[in-house]
Amino acid sequence: MTAVLSECPDVRPDPDDPTAHLTTEDIENIGKELDALREEVIASRGERDAAYIRRVIDVQRKLELGSRGVLLFSLFPPAWVLGTAGLSVAKILENMEIGHNVMHGQWDWMRDPKIHSTSWEWDNVSPSDQWKRAHNEMHHNYTNVIGKDGDLGYGLMRVSPDQPWSPFFLGQPLWNFINACFFEFGIAAYDLELRDSLTDGRYKTPEFRERANRVLRKIRRQATKDYVVHPLLSGPSALQTLSANFVANLVRNLWTHSVIMCGHFPYGVDTFEKSSIEGETRGQWYLRQMLGSANISGSPLMHLMTGNLSHQIEHHLFPDLPSNRYAEIAPRVRDLFERYQLNYVTGPLPKQVASAWRKIVLLSLPNDAAERVDRALTLFQRGPSQWVARLAGRIRTA
Amino acid sequence: MAVVATPWRGAFASLRARAARIAEFVTTPVLPSDYLDMISPLRASADLRGRIEEVHPETRDAVTLVIQPGGGWRGHVPGQYVRIGVDVDGVRQWRAYSLTSRADRADGRISITVKAMPDGVVSNYLVRRVRPGTLIQLDQAKGDFTLPAPRPAKALFVTAGSGITPVMGMLRNAVSELDDVVVVHSAPQPRDVIFADELRRLAEQGQIRLVERHTDVEGMLNLAALDGIVADWAERETWACGPTGLLDAAEKQWSDAGVPDRLHIERFRPTVVVTGEGGDVTFSNTGTTVAADGATPLLDTGERAGVLMPSGCRMGICFGCVAPLRTGAVRDLRNGQITTAEPGDDVRIQTCVSAAAGTCDIEL
Ligand SMILES: Cc1cc2nc3c(=O)[nH]c(=O)nc-3n(C[C@H](O)[C@H](O)[C@H](O)COP(=O)(O)OP(=O)(O)OC[C@H]3O[C@@H](n4cnc5c(N)ncnc54)[C@H](O)[C@@H]3O)c2cc1C
Ligand code: FES
Repeated sequence: MTAVLSECPDVRPDPDDPTAHLTTEDIENIGKELDALREEVIASRGERDAAYIRRVIDVQRKLELGSRGVLLFSLFPPAWVLGTAGLSVAKILENMEIGHNVMHGQWDWMRDPKIHSTSWEWDNVSPSDQWKRAHNEMHHNYTNVIGKDGDLGYGLMRVSPDQPWSPFFLGQPLWNFINACFFEFGIAAYDLELRDSLTDGRYKTPEFRERANRVLRKIRRQATKDYVVHPLLSGPSALQTLSANFVANLVRNLWTHSVIMCGHFPYGVDTFEKSSIEGETRGQWYLRQMLGSANISGSPLMHLMTGNLSHQIEHHLFPDLPSNRYAEIAPRVRDLFERYQLNYVTGPLPKQVASAWRKIVLLSLPNDAAERVDRALTLFQRGPSQWVARLAGRIRTA
Repeated sequence: MAVVATPWRGAFASLRARAARIAEFVTTPVLPSDYLDMISPLRASADLRGRIEEVHPETRDAVTLVIQPGGGWRGHVPGQYVRIGVDVDGVRQWRAYSLTSRADRADGRISITVKAMPDGVVSNYLVRRVRPGTLIQLDQAKGDFTLPAPRPAKALFVTAGSGITPVMGMLRNAVSELDDVVVVHSAPQPRDVIFADELRRLAEQGQIRLVERHTDVEGMLNLAALDGIVADWAERETWACGPTGLLDAAEKQWSDAGVPDRLHIERFRPTVVVTGEGGDVTFSNTGTTVAADGATPLLDTGERAGVLMPSGCRMGICFGCVAPLRTGAVRDLRNGQITTAEPGDDVRIQTCVSAAAGTCDIEL
């Protein structure tokens, strides 16, 4: 864990390595503490947790059914608004708190074949097995390792000053926005390794064809449901239902994209070089997860709607523990960070989203230009707050 | 009539199939049945489930559960068992229990009778914690521990502890069709005898001859002394159910007497004879690898690791747990026989009676 590349000189005393003050023993002790915490949660998993996930699934299904029912009358604007809002929330719950977490195997211990990582299929165009491979094996193992973790910029963007710049990246704010709008397709293409397969000729192999066909089949099923069957069922409200389903998918895409961006892109999150993870110990692996993730602060509802990815740090430490437990262990994880003087990156959603977008905009420029813009932006940002402070001071003295 | 009805039924079935396909397009990626399960979990087309309707204490550590099975239940033959799946502390557990109810109850309900085993996960849950209204998973009735037709002229039942359950199932349904019945039943004390009142009543009415043995006072039943209890035992068609020791002794005794075919046995647990070194077990479809010792059945190893293991009787009789062994070696716990597989071999093993005998890869 030597060559950590920090991008946020203002949060830490040593900009080159936020772990420089830790001894090898410290790191192994962190590992042991986290292993013990993990065992504690595993030993106490039980009826309460099972009831939780069943309830979320039940509520999600009723919400989806109810919203689609309302949308049968989407000709009436209030029905359209209500149904679209409900369906958006249902789709978000389905993808985040349910799909993502079930496919992580968080609920496999229940041995319920209906709620199991090997049998779950989600409301998303990427088939579950392809997503599981790309996400669980690559992203979670190689979290924030440049060149290994495809989630790091999805191969489209430059998210660390240590990635070389090219003019292509000038467009990355736009790429990121487009990716956000059609995020499920971005995920599918990424899980399929579409870009690499097109450049290295793998697209000709029967194996790739087979996987691509399965993605196409899934897209067809998903599109048929949202854009043909349900509109047809709505009769005179067909067009309105079609638009409602489109909007719900868009809202879900924008929301999940924002939440996921907050997990690894905000300032204060570290990226790692390939060489730094060779021969990594358990403690070092944990440490990389701790420094490579960021949380979102907020209410229980916020945590639910983010699929508890608002506890990205806890999730990355223990990807297969039940999501309802992350909030419970978060104070103890945070305490561990503090005891070892590590930076627990967290903040409200708008702040984290802005932070991630700021990085994406800045890194679209070469490093020296990015630094100049960064300084200008910081001055501009301080402007209003200093002004408010001065005003407040004047009121008090008056 | 039937001839006229057939084309209609065919058309109806194909219409239904088509409607089901369309419904799938409405609900994808989940199935229409996932929604229907929320409203009607016991409907005929659902996965077979049951609802526990009544819980009756039998003794201090045994209860009878009355279950309303789902519409897909196909009935049972007295003496058969049913597998049930219950969620204990959030974890689905499957166990087999003999059916004790009449097979023709007007309300269609069935019953099982469970005795709590020391440290037993499922039996203690069912005896002490389960409440009426609980939904459970069910499987169709299975087993050949049943009475033949025509009924035997003379019958003997040798049971101990919870081993009385399948026998009670037979007696409740068919005692009036049996002319000469002897029941030799062992339990630690009089108050531990499950169905005591009913058995004693049958004896008073002269429908059975009941020999109760209270082992805390009289000691274990020694089958060598059976001559003194039921002189003509070797002439009787016999059904035995109880602890392993009793059943092993019975098998030997009936075989020594040259009448092994007259003895029918129901075992509640497997007889494990050989164990050895274990190894790392990979469940390749799930992508999990765990270390396993040479004594734990692979079924238990997989379940503990959260793998969806198919299962049945859990004791090597039903083949409900069979899975492909891709590579490696496993040991049959009943006889120590080693089975190995190379990639490409189509080797299938019973995970409930096989343990790792080295590194192995199971396709689950
Ligand atoms: C065909 C069949 C029919 C059965 N019918 C009945 C029935 O009608 N009523 C009934 O109560 N049980 C019956 N059983 C046994 C039942 O399936 C369970 O094995 C039993 O309830 C124990 O489960 P558990 O989860 O409580 O114990 P587990 O948690 O699985 O085991 C706990 C401990 O008890 C030991 N153990 C498990 N089973 C037994 C046993 N039968 N005798 C002694 N020790 C044991 C285990 O080795 C372990 O040490 C039947 C089993 C079979 C295969
Ligand atoms: S579970 Fe019945 S044979 Fe294995």
